[in-house]
Amino acid sequence: MRAQATDSVTVAMTVNGVSCSRTVSARTTLADFLREELELTGTKLGCEHGVCGACTVLIDGASARSCLTLAAQADGREVTTVEGLSEGRELNRLQASFRDHYGLQCGFCTAGFLVTATELLASGEAVDEARVREVLGGNLCRCTGYETIVAAVLDAADAGQGVRR
Amino acid sequence: MNPDGKANERPGTHVGQPVLRLEDDRLLRGRARFADDVDLRGQLHMRIVRSPVAHGEIRSVDASAAEALPGVALVLRGKDVEELGTVPLEQIGYHEIFPDLEAFGHPLLAVDRVLYVGQPVAAVLAEDPYVAEDAADLVFVDYEPLPVVLDPVEALAPGAPELHPGKGNEGARFERRYGDIDAAFAAAAHRVSLELRMGRHTGMPMETRNIVVDYDRSRDHLSVWGVVHVHDTRRLMAAMLGMPLSSISTRPTDLGGNFGVRGGIFPEYVLAAFAARRIDRPVKWVEDRAEHLVATSHAREQVHRIEGAFDADGRLLGLRDEIWHNKGAFFRQAAPLITDITVGMVCGPYRVPAYDGRIHAVLTNKTPSGAYRAPGRYEATFARERLLDSAAAELGIDPVEIRRRNLLTEDDLPWEPGFEIVFEPVSYNSGDVLAHFEKALPAADLEGMRAEATELRAAGRVVGVGIGVLMDKAGLGLYETAAIEVDPTGRIRVMTGGSSVGQGIETVLAQIVADELTVDPGQIDVIHGDTDLIPDGVGSWSSRSTVIAGGAAINAARRTREKAFRIAAGLLEVAEGDLDLQGGSVVVRGVPDRRLTLAEIAAAWDGWTARLAGDEPGLGGRDVYLEEHMNYPYGVTVVQLEIDRRTGGATLRRFFTSCEAGRAINPLTTAGQVIGAAAQGIGGALFEELAYDEDGQPLATSFIDYLLPTATEVPPIELLVCEDAPTPDNPLRAKGIGEVGLIAVGAAIAAAVDDAVGVPGLVAKLPLSPADLLALVEPVRA
Repeated sequence: MRAQATDSVTVAMTVNGVSCSRTVSARTTLADFLREELELTGTKLGCEHGVCGACTVLIDGASARSCLTLAAQADGREVTTVEGLSEGRELNRLQASFRDHYGLQCGFCTAGFLVTATELLASGEAVDEARVREVLGGNLCRCTGYETIVAAVLDAADAGQGVRR
Repeated sequence: MNPDGKANERPGTHVGQPVLRLEDDRLLRGRARFADDVDLRGQLHMRIVRSPVAHGEIRSVDASAAEALPGVALVLRGKDVEELGTVPLEQIGYHEIFPDLEAFGHPLLAVDRVLYVGQPVAAVLAEDPYVAEDAADLVFVDYEPLPVVLDPVEALAPGAPELHPGKGNEGARFERRYGDIDAAFAAAAHRVSLELRMGRHTGMPMETRNIVVDYDRSRDHLSVWGVVHVHDTRRLMAAMLGMPLSSISTRPTDLGGNFGVRGGIFPEYVLAAFAARRIDRPVKWVEDRAEHLVATSHAREQVHRIEGAFDADGRLLGLRDEIWHNKGAFFRQAAPLITDITVGMVCGPYRVPAYDGRIHAVLTNKTPSGAYRAPGRYEATFARERLLDSAAAELGIDPVEIRRRNLLTEDDLPWEPGFEIVFEPVSYNSGDVLAHFEKALPAADLEGMRAEATELRAAGRVVGVGIGVLMDKAGLGLYETAAIEVDPTGRIRVMTGGSSVGQGIETVLAQIVADELTVDPGQIDVIHGDTDLIPDGVGSWSSRSTVIAGGAAINAARRTREKAFRIAAGLLEVAEGDLDLQGGSVVVRGVPDRRLTLAEIAAAWDGWTARLAGDEPGLGGRDVYLEEHMNYPYGVTVVQLEIDRRTGGATLRRFFTSCEAGRAINPLTTAGQVIGAAAQGIGGALFEELAYDEDGQPLATSFIDYLLPTATEVPPIELLVCEDAPTPDNPLRAKGIGEVGLIAVGAAIAAAVDDAVGVPGLVAKLPLSPADLLALVEPVRA
């Protein structure tokens, strides 16, 4: 039977280390769940077609488009958003590297790039410029021309977050 | 910030330095507040019902099913808002030339006809955005399709369908002439003429057009989050709603990119404000990307018939250009400004003795167009540089050589051809384009690029090198406002009429003020976009903010300094002439321990104390800065490009771009502006196209069809920023470099394709898709 807009589901997940549970309409996307229910508005919606990558979050450590993921699909999982990257009041190494390399301008796409790069650096894979460009190729930025973002990720890899090929 | 964390002891230590951006911390932590991050208690969500036909009569609008859906609060139809009229065009002088201009203005909602796919027809307001979208699908509109016209040349032909009955399809026409053009062509040893087409693409910021409107019934007052040019928007919104200016306030947000296209006031903005007031609740409108692709301002699409007269040595005697500018179905707020700029910028950085330019602003059944970064310059530069390449081929000289013979030099200054662009006389008064060109080519390693391309071609690969030379005009709208307040805690607030669109204006203005007040940029908060704090301003467009908002900030800082000296002289009981400003303190010269910090002076000048002195309380200053002229940055773009014979895919093997910046306030933000613009130029030349089918149906309605360049397509950009020709007209000596990186990219890529294929003048349109490139390569291979 086709689910109705009014059907609701109870969803429980751990977001940035904090467990939470909400009852929401079944069609609520993970992006809207994070932004509207949990007020974690750092995750952005740039296209809602899964192309631009601005809404990227980690689900159990793997990157996912939160605009194309239903909140219910993240039930019982661990979700990390951009708000979960900072170390207390301090930027983490990758965030600081974005700042130092001028890896952002308007900042609307930045959360998606940070999360995508976090997954890459955490994988332990040895990276070089071509590999970083390939992995970031799924995220759109309209301001920077990418060069400074690539430099920021490579620098973070050099600094011990990840491995430089 | 200084590494030792100490405040700077002398001025000039921040301007010119790669100061880290003040904006970044909040953006990197996901704590910035964009319009969609603003939620108001009791807000309704607006969803627009848009026309699915490119031209048609509306037979009926049936919203009964939508209105019956639980959670729907209001449905607005065209008739509900008809009395508000169309979005008024800017009163910048065009109404005097074209009395019928308002006839082409955009209605808020269509009443009896629709003129493009995406035109707003109804607005649904509901408790939940999902319900609003469901309800919009339940609004049934019956259309009777009408014939469409999509091409700007065809739209002016006899018998073409007329969009605005009785008005014709030419909304405006500009002519710019100087010199004896007939004599130039009569005397020419060589004449070259081309027809060139620039495709339709646009700014495509990552944040769509989002707006939140709060309504305070007790004061009949609207607060608005999410608009870019706040003062203009407020003025036009107030005019449409019949409200005093003081009854609308804008609130600051971060903005996810602009690039010109979000700067206008759009029908949806006025609808949200109207609905909030009508229903007495806050209204939020979040545009989705599919809507944005058909309903934000498009840009660029032009046809140029350009003709050059050259003497036997390849020196330009005269230029003619007839241009058709496809404006889409309605005029946006600033129209026909881009049309005017285009015809004014055709000659670019060249010594053109005679010019005859004519441009038609043409209405067609496509989405209305507006300004997109380097409007008119990307298009006109493509046309002019194509012409020079063809002329070089006809004359049998190198494309470098024909440019060398025609570029403006210092000896040509001031170059004042005697016409205006947007009512400001063209006066190019500093620099030497030829000298810059001679510096840029070796920096680009042009010879190396060419030698390598020759080798690769000999090995059977399709590789070529192309050059484009550009001149920009920056700093339209020759004033801006600034106010500074020093808080007794030591924080310094700079309130600017400029807007933050992601370009780093907070950082740049903080650097400028920090140097004037000898403090650290980290002590400074730059406020923008708040009309309650900033009663007037012009905003960030036309690469104007560093120069003009910066000029206002300098003057406001100098007034702050003067007041600090005046107060401190009294408090320290010395003459003002004995005081100096060092490290954020007013110091008695020669007596370094007799000093007052700016914070102490601000604290000392409380209301009572100031009253007794007959002065205004607090420490600060304000300014309305007036600029005398636009400024004219210039530069060179050189690319080496390879075409894949099998797929038609293009790879930019090398990409060099240069500009004359006068003075770069922050090398990081300067490089960011130029490189980011270059990436957009690559998009417009090779990837991005807002294509339509023959019925006027848009073919690019998602990022799967509208291709933005990604990290794998944009190559590392080799950049040369020169500070050889400071601008004499402004205290920073800077030129506006927000757009230069884009301007010559289309021209250079077209030239590189010609060179790769070995046929000068081959490329006659942009963008070039892989299919286009295959079609260009295949006949040559055969």
